[in-house]
Amino acid sequence: MPDRPPRTPTSTTSDLVVVGAGIVGAACAYHATRVGLSVTVVDSGPITGGTTGAGEGNILLSDKEPGPELDLALLSNRQWRSLADLPLDGTTFGRAVELETKGGLVVATGPAALAGLTRLAAQQRELGVEAIAVPGDRLPDFEPHLTDDVAGGYRYPQDMQVQPMLAAAHLLRLARRAGATVLTHEPVTGLLRDGERVTGVRTPRRDIPAGAVLNAAGTWAGEIAALAGVRVPVAPRRGYILVTEPLPPIIRHKVYLADYVADVASDSAALQTSTVVEGTGAGTVLIGASRERVGFDRTISLPALRQLAAGAVRLFPVLRDVAVIRAYRGFRPYCPDHLPVIGPDRRAPGLHHACGHEGAGIGLSLGTARLVAQSLIGEPPEIDLHPFRPDRFGPEVPR
Amino acid sequence: MTEHRVDLAVIGAGPAGMAAALAAAEAGTRVAVIDAGVRPGGQYWRSPAPGAGPFRPATLHHGWRRFTSTDTRLTELAGTGRVLRLAGHHVWSILPAGDEWSVHCVLGAEPRQHGTPAPVTVHARRLVIATGAYDRQLPFPGWDLPGVITAGGGQALLKGNLVVAGQTVVVAGTGPFLLPVADGLARYGARVAAVIEANSPLAFARFPRAVLGATGKLGEATGYAGRLLRHRVAVRHRHVVLRALGTDRLTGVLVGKLDRAGRVRAGTEREIACDVLAVGWGFTPQLELPLQLGCATRVDVDGSLVVTVDEDQATSVAGVWAAGEATGVGGADLATVEGRLAGLAAAASFGADEVGDDRALRRRRTSLRGFASAMHQVYPIPQVMLERCSDETLVCRCEEVDAGTIRRAVVELGATEARIVKLLARPGMGWCQGRVCGFATACLTARHAGRPVAEADLRAFADRVIAAPTPLGQLATWPGDEPPAGDGG
Repeated sequence: MPDRPPRTPTSTTSDLVVVGAGIVGAACAYHATRVGLSVTVVDSGPITGGTTGAGEGNILLSDKEPGPELDLALLSNRQWRSLADLPLDGTTFGRAVELETKGGLVVATGPAALAGLTRLAAQQRELGVEAIAVPGDRLPDFEPHLTDDVAGGYRYPQDMQVQPMLAAAHLLRLARRAGATVLTHEPVTGLLRDGERVTGVRTPRRDIPAGAVLNAAGTWAGEIAALAGVRVPVAPRRGYILVTEPLPPIIRHKVYLADYVADVASDSAALQTSTVVEGTGAGTVLIGASRERVGFDRTISLPALRQLAAGAVRLFPVLRDVAVIRAYRGFRPYCPDHLPVIGPDRRAPGLHHACGHEGAGIGLSLGTARLVAQSLIGEPPEIDLHPFRPDRFGPEVPR
Repeated sequence: MTEHRVDLAVIGAGPAGMAAALAAAEAGTRVAVIDAGVRPGGQYWRSPAPGAGPFRPATLHHGWRRFTSTDTRLTELAGTGRVLRLAGHHVWSILPAGDEWSVHCVLGAEPRQHGTPAPVTVHARRLVIATGAYDRQLPFPGWDLPGVITAGGGQALLKGNLVVAGQTVVVAGTGPFLLPVADGLARYGARVAAVIEANSPLAFARFPRAVLGATGKLGEATGYAGRLLRHRVAVRHRHVVLRALGTDRLTGVLVGKLDRAGRVRAGTEREIACDVLAVGWGFTPQLELPLQLGCATRVDVDGSLVVTVDEDQATSVAGVWAAGEATGVGGADLATVEGRLAGLAAAASFGADEVGDDRALRRRRTSLRGFASAMHQVYPIPQVMLERCSDETLVCRCEEVDAGTIRRAVVELGATEARIVKLLARPGMGWCQGRVCGFATACLTARHAGRPVAEADLRAFADRVIAAPTPLGQLATWPGDEPPAGDGG
């Protein structure tokens, strides 16, 4: 490289370097400053420039099956609710990040799907999730424009939506106010080591020594782990979202078909779309969600766009003549067992992870951050980190 | 669903697209010319609907004979089946399909019409992108008042409907394009109170070679200046509109004179009464489709994002050529030459045996490009316009985002590039998708970030998965391209 930027020596050592300025990195930086740690956040691009910038902003309980992810979602849901009331520059954090406690509505098209949904709701309720059955003929009370071709559904009042980019930006801002430094457009090219121990990061501009390094690099987290010589198998799972022209408020909840849960949990690499439709404060309607594992291929997929449009029109026939004015794509950070990677890495002391949240990173970010902060200061984490441990995947198996 | 299969699809039927289509068709290529407009000619040769009134092309148009002869010849070739003319087709996506391209179009002059006909897909082995440009706008206090229109919009009303937008008009901004706009409005009965030009053509003296290389261009400008004189239109150089005045609608403008340092000279502010302000700051090339295709881009002398092309007008993507404003704003003469070269190169790629000697065309392109580059340097955007953009000034009209919100996204929330400003503050997220505010948002972002505008800032407003509004119901049944298998892992 002929014009390498000048190296800026960093004299001060941070307690924590967070790699990644997306929602998870931002939430972890915020929580780390809250427990008194000095923090530096570093990202190869701008803030909120990766998967966070292509997300819908889901904070969901409804799509989680009982297990560690639902535990984490419940913790996160409480965190979002308490943070929502935090006063912020004459308003509240919740209002600044457009947090809407509008609730979800999951609908089933046939008796079999409804039976499955009813079973799931019963299990979720035992764990503290509010799930309220809505018979098919009562659904119009909640969503007047919903197709009448549905057998029934469940309301999930705790489901929320947030503007994810604003949420990440404000969390980073709160962290900066508490003394954190945020360095953008500065890729981490190596890790500082002291024997086995990870003692900081190296960028083209400087070395940043730190007591601990947190890998919150989202879909690119596998590359950061590889710098430490450890394997964290995060892979991209591509998704598209369609955005309509602004409309009067005609869709009140986040509405989706019950098969969404099965698709999220699926291991298939091929294209799957499950219909998710919701209105936004700006008046646009967001239509998701497609999932396909095609690497970082940015080529536009006509089948994905077509299936999304077809699903939305089927669920809300009123959308037939509504124009799509925009579509965007993102790459979810996907782990083979659909669970995030959270906590210290025994294989590389000093390295911690908070990555691999697939399509749920916005919602799960705050709970993840709390667990990371507790673990960093040696408190017992509120939730057992064992299911999320970084070394659970074993060595790479040739396919 | 209607499908067409051709050798070459030309996107755009303005000067560049028509020239490309004709050159390629005459060399034996089967061509489809696809355009969103109802009648051919693009913005430059926009013509009124039959019956709109007495239309004397010479009063509004340059090179009208070139248009009619090209149009006639294309119609003849359409009769033989060599040329397919697809008007009213809005291209929303171009996707690779095997060794050809699928050009997906929504049919209809107004894409949201109910009961529009079935979607159209054109399959083509090669593409020429000739998508032209639209007015470049800058925000200033009062620019959202009814009565403030774009210079191009004022001219489109006139050319397309023979309608004069108001009774007393001020034409403002920068660039030689302001003169024909003012001239046309004056000829069709408007009182043109003033032309407010931020720069001075005297600066052309710095570029003698470029001017001598394209003598016709200067003559064109002199002709307009002479006619404006006869219409008693004052052209005020080194002046800018500081504010549009009025409460419910425009009643006048506040103008001021710039000093040598480009600042508003104290004591020069004065009001001019008018009911229409037509304002233009040059043009922004329309690049959604070349960006979808993955064509390499660069930032041109005028600060616009343009497609990078080689000597044969070929883009960085094999099988895709580009011509006209999409490769750099330079006017209709340059667009015609580039279109012709692109059409010939595309035809030659099929092994057309006789494309003729094109050396004269290439020389002409060199001199016209030289003139365009000089023009951009003579008519830069005055920095004072961005400096005077106060926090309260509306920038994105669709989403009602003011300049203060953009500033706070940069300095308080930490956005470092225009794409992130868009994600945090919503400029460019509405109906027009940043066509009006994209350039200004890129400039304001860079300004607050303390750096020059970068290519990435400009790409943020042109990089779109869907290039034109498409009804969900049509998209839901769009044929073609069966789902691919994933990586199997």
